[in-house]
Amino acid sequence: MSAVIKLKTLQGHLQDLNGFTKPKVQFEQYETPAHIAAVALYTIQTQYGSLQDKLVLDAGCGPGILSIGAVMMGAASVTAIDIDRDALEVLQENIDDLDINNIDTLLCDFLDEKTCRWENYFDTVLMNPPFGTKNNTGIDMRFLQMGLRCTCNSVYSLHKSTTRSHIEKKIKEWGVKGNVIAELRYDLPATYKFHRKQSQDIAVDLWRVYHSDS
Amino acid sequence: MKLITHNMLTSKCIKGVLTGFPLAINATDIKIKEVDFNSEFITRVIPKLDWEVLWCAANSIGHSDGLPKTIEPKFEEDEEFLKKAHHVLLEIEVEEGHLTCPESGRQFPISKGIPNMLLTEAEVQ
Ligand SMILES: C[S@@+](CC[C@H](N)C(=O)[O-])C[C@H]1O[C@@H](n2cnc3c(N)ncnc32)[C@H](O)[C@@H]1O
Repeated sequence: MSAVIKLKTLQGHLQDLNGFTKPKVQFEQYETPAHIAAVALYTIQTQYGSLQDKLVLDAGCGPGILSIGAVMMGAASVTAIDIDRDALEVLQENIDDLDINNIDTLLCDFLDEKTCRWENYFDTVLMNPPFGTKNNTGIDMRFLQMGLRCTCNSVYSLHKSTTRSHIEKKIKEWGVKGNVIAELRYDLPATYKFHRKQSQDIAVDLWRVYHSDS
Repeated sequence: MKLITHNMLTSKCIKGVLTGFPLAINATDIKIKEVDFNSEFITRVIPKLDWEVLWCAANSIGHSDGLPKTIEPKFEEDEEFLKKAHHVLLEIEVEEGHLTCPESGRQFPISKGIPNMLLTEAEVQ
């Protein structure tokens, strides 16, 4: 499958986006670095054709690097949701700067399944879910499970490589299919005070999880 | 907020609310933003929607002109209809206003184009 733009061009555009102004620790707010977002989105389009002309959900969108990258890769319409208004306002700024008109933003709790009638609705769900390292263990798995409810096809999600066998187990339990489609390195900046080291180099997996019948 | 998004929103998460759908729209500022027309995409999206709710929503904000109340069986062959649907679903943006729960009357503000669907802990079931 072809790509609308080159990987380098995509990464260049994504590098220029505004990030979180004041990252909130309780929501695990750190952006996906531009090189990771670019490789992820490029892979999703060129290997699986899951962006061009598709109806896409960005769950926990933050400042919107995945939403905006999806549009650059040809997505027809993107819904971007987050639980934090400040993050969505940065996304609005980003989309206004770029004159993008096919991203719609919504302030809601993604884990509350009653807010939206999204069962099997989206072609593609993108997410870099909260890792769930502090007080909310398992939130990454709840994001993934909710993502699966919302799509008739696939969820693409970033997870620490250390959780790989756990995810494999969960996927079996849920009766869905999935595999790691790219292995990447995430340079988590020292955004939060409790990170003692300057930055942490973390291995992450890009997962594709999908319904067995799709 | 685009009408495609409105079509999926409910207030069912409020304690005591059974369906919470559709939410009434009160718009004080509406903008029209151009989006590329993609007939294959619109054809695929239409069956996912509650068309009657879409029509009523468009009508309530004064944008149902030329939009049929029901979908024809061979709608995918009608380019003019698809363009109209595209416009109503993707190009009309409610920038300011609010949504109202049909059962409880709870209002959800829309500001700078972003509907706020968050509830307080005391409000959820
Ligand atoms: C790790 S950040 C990823 C941000 C962005 N998607 C990116 O890739 O740069 C996780 C995001 O999820 C949001 N979030 C956390 N819990 C949420 C929830 N329950 N519902 C919706 N969004 C949530 C946070 O506000 C934050 O923006």
